[in-house]
Amino acid sequence: MNLAQLTLYHQALLFAAALVLFTSFIMLATARIQPLIYAFAWQGTLLAVVTALVALVSDHPHLYISALLTFGLKALLIPWMLHRLALRLNIMHEIEQIAHPSIMLMAGAVLVIFSYYVATPIVHLSTLVTRNTIAVSMAVVLLGMLLMVSRRKAVAQVIGFMSIENGLFFAAVVATYGMPMIVEIGIAFDVLVAMVLFGVFFFQIRASIDSLDVDRLNRLSEKGE
Amino acid sequence: MSAVPEPAVAWLLAAVQTLLFIAAAPLLAGWVKRVKCHMQNRAAPALIQPYRDLAKLFGKDVVMAENASWLFRATPYVVFGAFVLAAAVVPLVAAHLPTAAIADMIVLVGFFALARFFLALAAMDIGTAFGGMGASREMTIASLAEPAMLMAVFTLAMIAATTNLSVVIEHNLHAGLVLRPSLLFALLALAMVAVAETGRIPVDNPATHLELTMIHEAMILEYSARHLALIEWASQIKLMIYAALIANIFWPWGIAEEFTVAALALGTVAISAKLALLAIVLVVWETVMAKMRLFRVPQFLGFAFLLALLGMLTHVILETGA
Repeated sequence: MNLAQLTLYHQALLFAAALVLFTSFIMLATARIQPLIYAFAWQGTLLAVVTALVALVSDHPHLYISALLTFGLKALLIPWMLHRLALRLNIMHEIEQIAHPSIMLMAGAVLVIFSYYVATPIVHLSTLVTRNTIAVSMAVVLLGMLLMVSRRKAVAQVIGFMSIENGLFFAAVVATYGMPMIVEIGIAFDVLVAMVLFGVFFFQIRASIDSLDVDRLNRLSEKGE
Repeated sequence: MSAVPEPAVAWLLAAVQTLLFIAAAPLLAGWVKRVKCHMQNRAAPALIQPYRDLAKLFGKDVVMAENASWLFRATPYVVFGAFVLAAAVVPLVAAHLPTAAIADMIVLVGFFALARFFLALAAMDIGTAFGGMGASREMTIASLAEPAMLMAVFTLAMIAATTNLSVVIEHNLHAGLVLRPSLLFALLALAMVAVAETGRIPVDNPATHLELTMIHEAMILEYSARHLALIEWASQIKLMIYAALIANIFWPWGIAEEFTVAALALGTVAISAKLALLAIVLVVWETVMAKMRLFRVPQFLGFAFLLALLGMLTHVILETGA
């Protein structure tokens, strides 16, 4: 595929897809909560842009609704809820010690290569205009998992989880031009409900172990110190 | 590329461009300093202050430690020579000069490595603690910056299918409006490497002589007079090389492709404007950033390497595809 022969919208689509991947790496490298939430909001915004561009390039108008839904939910509402939670928990400026930050980033790069390797057979069979971004969407899913695995703070793990959901939505959009509308709306509400529940959990976790560090959940404290 | 000039004219132009490169390097440093002073509400030195400093240093007598070996004396000339050769390779005003054809981007990285190697050896030659500390820090940074730079270079090489700088620039010039994520990532990576390698904030502070934080300055602490002048001049050329590289690869508009007076004049004006703007960007960046702890530098450069790698991956995955 020669990039120069594609339309400008199509090029913009690939560009935005690359930036979505980039925000995943930003999240992986960010230690503070506030920039992490902002990076997540940017990923949601770029995902909405990608969806709108797919709608434009592939001529599927129903994807515009998905794009709007994504923007409202993942770029505005959920980041706002996270922001408010972080303020109320007073963890906005907390810095988490990331173990081996450079190795984490390299592991992320390895995951991108792995998803490229896995997606190549699909790309060969596919005739979609968005086929090259399938590998990127898988990489976003895997990077979200890496974020969840590598962090100990509950908020960062929730952002990782939401990022996985972003990746799945991305994959659905670029691999099949979106799911049926009813499924999409259902998932959107599930994510919203999950977010609300996570908020409740944050307070519960903090009330019972006095910290949001989920590693401490492994310790049994029956004896009472 | 219409008018193929005679070899003699082309070589003459190449020599003139290299001389211009070397002569203009202190001017760029002076401009950066001046804009920075204005930015920070300080009285600014004259634009030609770096020339005055160099002239002053050249007029002084050399003072050398008594246990200095030939290596210590030879290093300033090796460093300066390496950077002059590197400057000859980088297209400044015109592309397709014969000097650009004899060496590619990988050789350019090699020149930097050569200069750095000798500088580190000379720093340890005297046997002072600061020299050794500076050398060890410089090599730590270099060992991380060099892979990142090479990876960015490879990304550019894959896009243009060549490692020759002139051809890369020409490819970008004639590509028209193509949105390439890989170019954006390569640009960011190269800019981060440039910041680290030229010793700017947040990696090193070029204005400080505070012992505990300095990197480059610690290595050249023992140098004086013309030796110091050559090394300072070389580091100004280095800044200029990085600036010209970034300006001409990513914004190649205006560079002279044929050797007519009009094209060359346009090329000179274009590169001057680009370098002046790039310097302002650098100053803004240096003003808003705080210097980071030395132990965080590997993370900074690790991210630069990741960006370069991401540039290559997006080129392979998104732009080429299967």
